[in-house]
Amino acid sequence: MNLTLRIWRQAGPDAPGALTTYQVGGISPDMSFLEMLDTLNEELILRGEEPVAFDHDCREGICGACGMVINGQAHGPERTTTCQLHMRHFDDGDTIDVEPWRAAAFPVVRDLVVDRSAFDRVIGSGGYITAPTGSAPEAHATPVPKETADLAFEHAECIGCGACVAACPNGSAMLFTAAKVVHLNLLPQGAPERGNRVRNMVAAMDAEGFGGCTNTGECATACPKGIPLSGIAALNREYLRSLR
Amino acid sequence: MGGIPTVVGMALATGTGRRRPSTLTTLWRSTVGKKAVMAVSGGILLLYLVGHLLGNLKVFFGPDELNGYAAWLRTIGEPFLRHGWFVWLARLVLLVAVLAHGTAAYQLSKRDRAARPQGYVHRRRQTSYATRTMRWGGVILALFIVWHLLDLTTLTVNPKAEAGHPYQNLVASFSTWYGGGIYIVAMLALGLHIRHGFWSAAQTLGVNNPRRDRALKLTANLLALVLTAGFVSIPVAVMTGVVQ
Amino acid sequence: MSSYLNYTVGTPIRDTKAPDGPIEGRWDRRRFEAKLVNPANRRKYRVIVVGTGLAGGAAGATLAEQGYHVEQFCFQDSPRRAHSIAAQGGINAAKNYRNDGDSIRRLFYDTVKGGDFRARESGVHRLAEISVEIIDQCVAQGVPFAREYGGLLDTRSFGGVQVSRTFYARGQTGQQLLLGAYQALSRQIAAGNVAMHPRTEMLDLIVVDGRARGIVARDLVTGEITAHLADAVVLATGGYGNVFYLSTNAKNSNATAIWRAHRRGAYFANPCFTQIHPTCIPRSGDHQSKLTLMSESLRNDGRIWVPKAAGDTRAPQDIPEQDRDYYLERIYPSFGNLVPRDIASRAAKVVCDEGRGVGPGGQGVYLDFADAIGRLGRAAVEERYGNLFEMYERITAEDPYRVPMRIYPAIHYTMGGLWVDYDLQTTVPGLFAIGEANFSDHGANRLGASALMQGLADGYFVLPATLPDYLARQDGPPVPADHPAVEEAVADATDRLNLLLAIDGDRTPDSFHRELGELLWDECGMARDEAGLRKALERIPQLRDEFWRRIKVPGAGEQLNQSLEKANRLVDYFELAELMCLDALHRTESCGGHFRTESATPDGEAARMDEEFTYVAAWEFRGSEALGEHGAGGAPVLHREQLTFEYVHPTQRSYT
Ligand SMILES: Cc1cc2nc3c(=O)[nH]c(=O)nc-3n(C[C@H](O)[C@H](O)[C@H](O)COP(=O)(O)OP(=O)(O)OC[C@H]3O[C@@H](n4cnc5c(N)ncnc54)[C@H](O)[C@@H]3O)c2cc1C
Ligand code: HEM
Ligand code: HEM
Ligand code: SF4
Ligand code: F3S
Ligand code: FES
Repeated sequence: MNLTLRIWRQAGPDAPGALTTYQVGGISPDMSFLEMLDTLNEELILRGEEPVAFDHDCREGICGACGMVINGQAHGPERTTTCQLHMRHFDDGDTIDVEPWRAAAFPVVRDLVVDRSAFDRVIGSGGYITAPTGSAPEAHATPVPKETADLAFEHAECIGCGACVAACPNGSAMLFTAAKVVHLNLLPQGAPERGNRVRNMVAAMDAEGFGGCTNTGECATACPKGIPLSGIAALNREYLRSLR
Repeated sequence: MGGIPTVVGMALATGTGRRRPSTLTTLWRSTVGKKAVMAVSGGILLLYLVGHLLGNLKVFFGPDELNGYAAWLRTIGEPFLRHGWFVWLARLVLLVAVLAHGTAAYQLSKRDRAARPQGYVHRRRQTSYATRTMRWGGVILALFIVWHLLDLTTLTVNPKAEAGHPYQNLVASFSTWYGGGIYIVAMLALGLHIRHGFWSAAQTLGVNNPRRDRALKLTANLLALVLTAGFVSIPVAVMTGVVQ
Repeated sequence: MSSYLNYTVGTPIRDTKAPDGPIEGRWDRRRFEAKLVNPANRRKYRVIVVGTGLAGGAAGATLAEQGYHVEQFCFQDSPRRAHSIAAQGGINAAKNYRNDGDSIRRLFYDTVKGGDFRARESGVHRLAEISVEIIDQCVAQGVPFAREYGGLLDTRSFGGVQVSRTFYARGQTGQQLLLGAYQALSRQIAAGNVAMHPRTEMLDLIVVDGRARGIVARDLVTGEITAHLADAVVLATGGYGNVFYLSTNAKNSNATAIWRAHRRGAYFANPCFTQIHPTCIPRSGDHQSKLTLMSESLRNDGRIWVPKAAGDTRAPQDIPEQDRDYYLERIYPSFGNLVPRDIASRAAKVVCDEGRGVGPGGQGVYLDFADAIGRLGRAAVEERYGNLFEMYERITAEDPYRVPMRIYPAIHYTMGGLWVDYDLQTTVPGLFAIGEANFSDHGANRLGASALMQGLADGYFVLPATLPDYLARQDGPPVPADHPAVEEAVADATDRLNLLLAIDGDRTPDSFHRELGELLWDECGMARDEAGLRKALERIPQLRDEFWRRIKVPGAGEQLNQSLEKANRLVDYFELAELMCLDALHRTESCGGHFRTESATPDGEAARMDEEFTYVAAWEFRGSEALGEHGAGGAPVLHREQLTFEYVHPTQRSYT
């Protein structure tokens, strides 16, 4: 199929950017969205133009590297990552707009590549369990009810892609932060640091310039891993609890 | 002493080590906390409105009913409270609530817009109408409250302005098309505001969870409907001559 | 013709660090004999860790906890995205929670046998011992392993072993384990004990007076190339499967770090030992950019078949039973569809070469769940494989509940890697290699769920016990930033990139990578023979020549330039590919993942030649101006490390 792409091109963080229009032909419905961009980039290189820069690595929907806003939707029309979005979800002749994540905390590095290091700093502020190597008790010392373990897992699935922030009208990182807080605070191993964890992570989140949450729900709609909106309620609960 | 950093490195505290600022300060400084303040103050206003509606509906049972009720309001708490004190207490609470609510709303909204400096070229209409109208809906309400106080409490703008006779004042106020119009518009804004606000508050205060979600949304809709319909019925009744 | 064919044989090499005595006591003994560093002095030592996967992440966090100053690198934008995140199936540990007869001894035995007797007993036994501690550590970190209703950890049996020793977190075990390590690392970064350099790619190793003292790295955002100096360098940079272009590895996984270290003196061991995974989704066309793995567990209930007749183009549903060939069940009645990875993969290749393959290009076989659904009901099948079926449908748009899946083998893992001793130190003092980057414990074939185990064992437990011994023995001044060796290395890397930018030819990096990959896949893939390998050894240098004449890299060096990254990685792939083919050619036996058609048992299985090849082939790089185009190597030197088996006695694997 043939497509018209309008892709955000920006040479660097401080350079001005704009949507540039490209035509691509010979796109197979079996291609992933990134393979479609590969095709475009191969042509651009041969034309001596610079290929479109975008983050990607696993191309299996698990590393969280890829991510672009396609026709106004983070990761595009399907509920999955950009690398697992296939061209069969588009029609011949479509015009597709491709833009980078937009958020003050995610400055554009180049083209569709943004700087998500703020996420790492949020995790560093408390998104862990203090358990230095070698200090661990026997794994079966503390049984964890299956329901608890499953719920923790459901939140631990977050791949740190940033789609939640990109989709949120307030550029809020609540869903991402909630995913980690809920995962760790649910488990008995995480209990001792429960209060400090949520307080420090919220403080870090605010310090990074993410917006507040107005319970819009766009984040959970965009999340490729289905992190539930209830996680945000749980985060709020944990936070208020920690201030008692 | 070279050992110290090592030890620190290993027994690294999750907390920041510094003494925590007071709970209220922490609350007000963090987006999550400020949002909680909004939820609580919003809740207070909501409660007031429920009572306020029940009180106001007496208008359908004639002047003496409403005026009597208004007079009675001022006698609550006697002899422990002096005459009229209760009303003043109520006003104080309401004032604090509206101010806290409004300030928090303003500060958060400012922060949220700053967190998303650049929008998407490819826009999509998203989320429920109520969610998106929270902000200007709030502003309408703020203006309304001012008007409303001038109209029926201080009677400054009220055509009749008979202190102690809310019924007559009310009828006078709603007899003009704009008088009634202002109220009707405000009440619609109020309905939308509560429709999202009630559920949003539950989310913010962490009382929501997947099992309660539907029930909460239902309650929110009911509350919004009842309050709007209830309040609107009064100016409508006056304008249609049912009440005069 | 490749200069490599004139390789020479050098002095044998020995693992001098492995203690002798009863195997159960060796690790204890090594730890006891290792020198310690006084806690007060640890801060003074700088350790560079390249890589933030399971191995690197675990090592960085642990060394920092111990008090060393760690400088850590990864090319992704966050350490959390390392390729380990993609691991699905699980991680082995000899906990014997099932009381099904598992033990450290049995895990040790299974791993040595699974590796087709080409791994070291001492190392493998240590791995089995540590496996137990790994689970404890990960649970303490909050890794949400699957649990049973009693609240205890669940396990499953994996990759055809008889005991249930594989711990897992749904289909995302690697993700959960990596996030555990990443979180521990993040804590140390926040504490200032680790200086993290994301989006930074190592381009070369700095060796001063015979010791590894730093790396040359490029900031992928600004393009700035700088030297980073330290007291020791740890490479945790993963495997080199991407040399084949199409593999299950993440797109940016590369061999640059280990290859550059090899060029600086680190021996490269068993480069031809690569693992091909039988159950991957076949390529759908030339646009294919990578291959996706489907968990091996599918073979527990799916039946693999192809049409009996070549060129049978009927839809699978229309092919009656009598026209189907369930070839695994036919050839291996006792193991059927559950034969080991290498065997299942080769069998698929054979039937496809006979023209009986299905799907686009005839590169696929059916994995049919019709019987399972009939037997257990759709619900049960959904319960077991639901997420995998979804993934398959998302990618292929075919519903595996109705139409049989199509699968085909793909490059998945590389057992070969930098040669390391018992301390995980390479032949360059001060340079350590951990995780998939080294050649250690898997011999000629890795068992499922053992790579995660090895990466974490290396990172959490082995390296933190052996690296200090090296540091404790070092003294002398730090290397000055303007040391000739440092400047030479930086200039070297800079010149290489500038050259790539200057050529301005007419072919893209990917087009070369594809061509190299196909060549390797055909000649050095699932089955190898002398003629094919010689052909490849002839073709690779030609291709490399063409590359240096025709490569086109737009843009500049001082910017984010992904084409430049690709081209630079290709430079190393070309040289590595040549060594792989040479290694495959010189090892005329078949063993594990390395199948030489000349060396097969009557029933077509890999036939080892123990008397001749019970050794690790450790290759030494020889630069050569005369022969090397753009510094590519001259004839390398082969150093043999003889393997001895005191506890597990080599037997011929048989699955018929
Ligand atoms: C799809 C798939 C499924 C798998 N499933 C399983 C399983 O179920 N069980 C199992 O045991 N094993 C499994 N494996 C194998 C296992 O995942 C890997 O062997 C293991 O994760 C390797 O970990 P590592 O830490 O050695 O390297 P990696 O995780 O690959 O990490 C490499 C790190 O090095 C960095 N790096 C590399 N080169 C450079 C450079 N030049 N400069 C700077 N940084 C660099 C990268 O940024 C990355 O951080 C699977 C592999 C694949 C591909
Ligand atoms: C007078 C009756 C009012 C009631 C009953 C009310 C109620 C509420 C409630 C319950 C919420 C939800 C809080 C949360 O999301 O946690 C809310 C949110 C909000 N209110 Fe009000 N409010 C009222 C007046 C106002 C006024 C006067 C303003 C403007 C200054 C205002 C502006 C907002 C804004 C901007 C939000 C944010 C929406 C969000 O953050 O979710 N409200 N209100
Ligand atoms: C048609 C709808 C309404 C009617 C008929 C109405 C009527 C009245 C009357 C008669 C009073 C004067 C009571 C007294 O002084 O004894 C009053 C006060 C007040 N009303 Fe309303 N009201 C309506 C809606 C609202 C709404 C929607 C709000 C809030 C957003 C509101 C907030 C207030 C407040 C804050 C006071 C002042 C209380 C006091 O000072 O005594 N009213 N209202
Ligand atoms: S919460 Fe979902 S959208 Fe947000 S980072 Fe995690 S996976 Fe991505
Ligand atoms: S979209 Fe944004 S407002 Fe909250 S609910 Fe999600 S973070
Ligand atoms: S590339 Fe890894 S999630 Fe898309």
